[in-house]
Amino acid sequence: MPDNRATPFLSILGLLTLWVVAALLTDDPQTLPTPWQLIPLFQRELASGELVHHLGATLIRVMWAFTLAMGFGVALGIVMGRSERVNRWLDPWLVIFLNLPALVLIVLCYLWIGLTEIAAILAVTFNKIPNVATVVREGARALSPDLDAMAKVYRMSWLARLRHVVLPQLAPYIAAAARGGVAVIWKIVLVVEFLGRSSGIGFQIHLYFQLFDVAMVLVYALSFIFVMLLVEWAILQPWERRVRRWRSA
Amino acid sequence: MIKVAILSKSYGDTQVLGRVEFAVQAGETVALVGPSGIGKSTILRIVAGIDGAFEGQVERPDAAAIVFQEPTLLPWRSALDNLLLTCPGLKPDAALHALDRVGLAGKDKEFPGQLSLGQQRRLSLARAFAGRPGMLILDEPFVSLDPHMADTMMTLTEDLIAEARPATLLVTHAEAEANRLADRVLRLQGDPATLKAES
Repeated sequence: MPDNRATPFLSILGLLTLWVVAALLTDDPQTLPTPWQLIPLFQRELASGELVHHLGATLIRVMWAFTLAMGFGVALGIVMGRSERVNRWLDPWLVIFLNLPALVLIVLCYLWIGLTEIAAILAVTFNKIPNVATVVREGARALSPDLDAMAKVYRMSWLARLRHVVLPQLAPYIAAAARGGVAVIWKIVLVVEFLGRSSGIGFQIHLYFQLFDVAMVLVYALSFIFVMLLVEWAILQPWERRVRRWRSA
Repeated sequence: MIKVAILSKSYGDTQVLGRVEFAVQAGETVALVGPSGIGKSTILRIVAGIDGAFEGQVERPDAAAIVFQEPTLLPWRSALDNLLLTCPGLKPDAALHALDRVGLAGKDKEFPGQLSLGQQRRLSLARAFAGRPGMLILDEPFVSLDPHMADTMMTLTEDLIAEARPATLLVTHAEAEANRLADRVLRLQGDPATLKAES
């Protein structure tokens, strides 16, 4: 039996093998190139600065949308989880926005605000806020009433309560919303760029889609997947381990 | 000093408390006893300021502390931080001394989950006394302990109360506990609950 830590690598290796076999069977680089056929294209885009430029543009949009969606979503989730009255008022909105297709919000934002950076980021943010709020609301409903009472008796300030009593209890919910959020947000950002921006991975995919260039579509898509995996491994997972360290202590 | 003048307390249409009036002087320990479900915890929550939906008035000192049935600690913060965060203005040296006083010297960096249940209860006591409270509320703090542990904790609590001399309200259904720790015992009875004459 292989070491458990090696399993993800073996799994990815299996996916690569599948790709190679499919590419060899297809025997048409225009339809499905092999991984090694992408390497020179990747090097060319990297050297020209195009790849970095478009990766950066998408990453900035992802970061803005992620920050705004998490900020507003967490705040909304806490308020809705803590106040039954507010929840009764806002729950129908949440249901509507949860069921509104991302594409509709993107198109409406572009129509109402124009083909601007603000419209693009807002469209992604509005798409993600309901999901974050829904997850965090469940966490806020599960907050310990005993800890709440303790904080009240000891007269902890609202900021201290938020930081040391409420947010640590919500951390697993926020972490779940954040990880799910990043995965969804970058995909929506690509759609937003596809439809109405002149930079970013989505824009490049749109360009090479029009040229029927599968290899370049894959170069840009895989590059960004790699960046998002780095974000997951280098930022999100260490942060999650940090907020959970008291559980394993 | 704690001054309690509750006229009534209801949950929906059900009145659970009638007129309940008493005072606890600084340095005095008053026990509130009565059968389960009569409203002891409701009075405790009102006196502690956790429940403000009642008719009447409660006067209490600014610095308050509470010891619950369960330790009710912040499991994601160290033992030392559990004291510092709940007692604003407490210096780290004083917090370390408070830990030492309850037998938790050297445990300051540990998370509550790394402590035994007995140590967690000691930490809860240390937190209650670290801020030199004017009012202390004890909510059946020895209820689930074995007799030996309960005796040890009661002795420690007696010593700490004697040192800090807060106005202490002990809520319990154990007569022996009330008789040992309290200067006076108040009994709740009836429906809605009111106080029986003091013993």
